[in-house]
Amino acid sequence: MSTTESAADNGVNVEALLDARNALTDAPEGAEFTWRATNEWLRGTHSKSTVEQYRGLGEEHQHRSTFSYEADHPEVFAAEDQGPAPVEFVLIGLASCLTAGVAAVAQNRGIQLQSVKATIEGDMNILGILGGDPEVRNGFNSIRVNFEIDADADADEIAALVAQSQKRSAVFDAITNPTNVSVTIG
Amino acid sequence: MLERGDVANTWKRERWDSLRLLTPNWQTRLPGLGYDGADPDGFMGMPELIAFLERYAEHIDAPVRTNTTVTSVSPLPEQGYLVETDDGEWEAAAVVLASGPYNRPRVPAVAASLPPELEQLTPADYKRPDQLRPGRVLVVGASATGIQLADELLRSGRDVTVAVGEHVRMPRSYRGRDIMWWLDRIGRLDERYDEVDDLVRARHVPSPQLVGTPERADLDLNALTAQGATLVGRLAAVNGATASFSGSLRNVCNLADLKLKRLLDAIDAWEGLDAGPRPEPTRVDENPKVLLDLAGFDTVLWATGFRADYSWLNVPVLDRKGEVRHDGGVVRDAPGLYRIGLNFLRRRKSSFIHGAEDDARELVEHLEGHLGGLRLEAEQMT
Repeated sequence: MSTTESAADNGVNVEALLDARNALTDAPEGAEFTWRATNEWLRGTHSKSTVEQYRGLGEEHQHRSTFSYEADHPEVFAAEDQGPAPVEFVLIGLASCLTAGVAAVAQNRGIQLQSVKATIEGDMNILGILGGDPEVRNGFNSIRVNFEIDADADADEIAALVAQSQKRSAVFDAITNPTNVSVTIG
Repeated sequence: MLERGDVANTWKRERWDSLRLLTPNWQTRLPGLGYDGADPDGFMGMPELIAFLERYAEHIDAPVRTNTTVTSVSPLPEQGYLVETDDGEWEAAAVVLASGPYNRPRVPAVAASLPPELEQLTPADYKRPDQLRPGRVLVVGASATGIQLADELLRSGRDVTVAVGEHVRMPRSYRGRDIMWWLDRIGRLDERYDEVDDLVRARHVPSPQLVGTPERADLDLNALTAQGATLVGRLAAVNGATASFSGSLRNVCNLADLKLKRLLDAIDAWEGLDAGPRPEPTRVDENPKVLLDLAGFDTVLWATGFRADYSWLNVPVLDRKGEVRHDGGVVRDAPGLYRIGLNFLRRRKSSFIHGAEDDARELVEHLEGHLGGLRLEAEQMT
């Protein structure tokens, strides 16, 4: 697992991440991050989310620009389909988190990536959200992710990249484990 | 040497009946005394191990004060330590903490949320299957303890579900040799703490899925499911009578399978051989259960690890996780204080009985240096 002499360049600054890990072990309060987004109703099921600030390393941070995303429901839900459905944003979050992890782990292991493509599917029985069957949950019953990876590595090394990426993924953890959610009005 | 009970106290009183060492007899040795019985490739049960340790105490004529419980170790004003016990106190220029890594079962906070009608057991309470009520058992944890107890409970006819987090899979033997022989052979057991890539990780690697039986059987998750066990992911939360398990089961099994393959590849490469036989990948259901109704269960067995107890250690040397800060057993910021017998203290083999020899030799060298320095200081002052 050589990190310094490796010629692989996936554009991930692994040194900085490893330095951060060492620094935060001694100053654990800096490791406490808070991620934020705002969401505003537009019309119907159409809404606009904005991401610009987060907190971490003991201070507030500003993204390089303000990011906006619109979400809606699809036409089969009698909506106007002006953006991805919220559940699709969940899939996007998982896929992009796993892909970022694959790149970071590959960099750390000195593996040059040529291409990485994830295809993600989540199965859901909508009788849950429609309130049509109290036995059916609202959320996904199962999620499948398939990676197609071209890299300078053998099949086992690539499988290990994908496995390690899941092990270290925030969104994978958030989806596979319960989290307390409190929703307030104010 | 202060011992709260008898020689081999933990092995006598705090382990289950069927437990055997994971290391073969030939490897179970202490400085100056090795196994000389008839079955070098066997695995000691508790009575044999206790006899071995008692014999060792005699062999080195160890100055053991039994039935002496240390109640406090604290710094003296100038240097050295005050050791208080329920049978007198000592002032010592140096103290070696050899109190074991596994003093208290580590039970996750979620245990407090379990329905009260469920019986909860830890490996410290567990002795044998007939101690448990007859109904279904949830074994939480799939490292050495978890799979050994799940196996024993399945054999006793119980319906067993195993909650599986990250684990280390190993075959008992490979190419006709015990896996411990191979780990020794390829140098893994001698890897040092100051050379390993990620020491924090190395010190927290779960115990391997192994059991030492006369049949030299493999014991892995496939062996459990073949006997009818149900596998679920890591226990994540309990809400009323419903337990929820992580959806990461497939990945933790895949991680362990890949890691096992790398180990066997490393052995083959070391010997310059073509790839040998590979164990079947861990079988995981298409859709493992993520929710279970605990109403159908009688018992939850926490095989979720142990932690060291330092409640008596009144020297500020613990980190925020309650572990002693040390460099290869030399406790940081506490001259003359040493720790021995922890996972990867100085080498990967530190947690095995035979790992004590090299660690002890090096720590004693350091300790002698420390005492020599104190003597020199004293001479210079006079």
